[in-house]
Amino acid sequence: MLNRMFPHPILTIVLLIVWLFLNNTIAAGHVVLGLILAILIPWLTSAYWPEHNCVKKPFTLFKFLLIVVWDIIIANLKVAVLILGKSNNLKPGFITIELDVKTPLGISVLANVISLTPGTVSCDLSMDRQFLLIHALHIDDAQQIIDEIKQRYEKPIIEVFTAC
Amino acid sequence: MFESIVAILIVVGATFTLIGSIGLYKLPNFYMRLHGPTKASTLGVGSILIASAVYFSFNTDAVSTHEILITAFLFITAPVSAHLMAKAALHIKIKDNDSTN
Repeated sequence: MLNRMFPHPILTIVLLIVWLFLNNTIAAGHVVLGLILAILIPWLTSAYWPEHNCVKKPFTLFKFLLIVVWDIIIANLKVAVLILGKSNNLKPGFITIELDVKTPLGISVLANVISLTPGTVSCDLSMDRQFLLIHALHIDDAQQIIDEIKQRYEKPIIEVFTAC
Repeated sequence: MFESIVAILIVVGATFTLIGSIGLYKLPNFYMRLHGPTKASTLGVGSILIASAVYFSFNTDAVSTHEILITAFLFITAPVSAHLMAKAALHIKIKDNDSTN
């Protein structure tokens, strides 16, 4: 019963927060209106989003987000240097990563994070969701890039986003 | 005091957006040019939005939360558009060593 009323409890909370941020207020009227929308929208769209996702270990998620923000800043500086330097010295190329994360949500979060951290863009996912093709602006050591992505991003994602 | 923070954030943001545009102009092939705009929209637009949030939070009564939402939406959508462009380029078989595309 509760599951049918709230098909995606996390989405409900996020929608309510987004509504309150959009209106820049926590007035009672907007909380009620936001709650109505936050309950109706997941219910109406649940047909398009059949699988249920749980977020486990919120502390790991928080640590992961901090790591990503820090990496975005550091890697932006690195890419700025690469772009302003001579483009003849760059060695771009494609790298294939074998994925250990299996859930669709986990894969899309990983692909997003790879694209957000400068220097790498996720390009394609194989049909069987086993391999992710990424393009790197400059490759010194392909194995090192793969290890870094697996260690820094994929490990916490596997721990946090699990199917349930 | 907070005005200098806003100024620094805007300059940093503008610099990174400029570097992203330079990358878009000078990098030799399609896949490399993809890196320019995805980067500019993270740190570049990110710092300009933080500057806006700081400025309007201090200059008006209410805390300005719209910028947080813009950042979140941008960080979700920018990689998706880059992914789609890369996927389309792969589909029509643009070579990654071809400097004419």
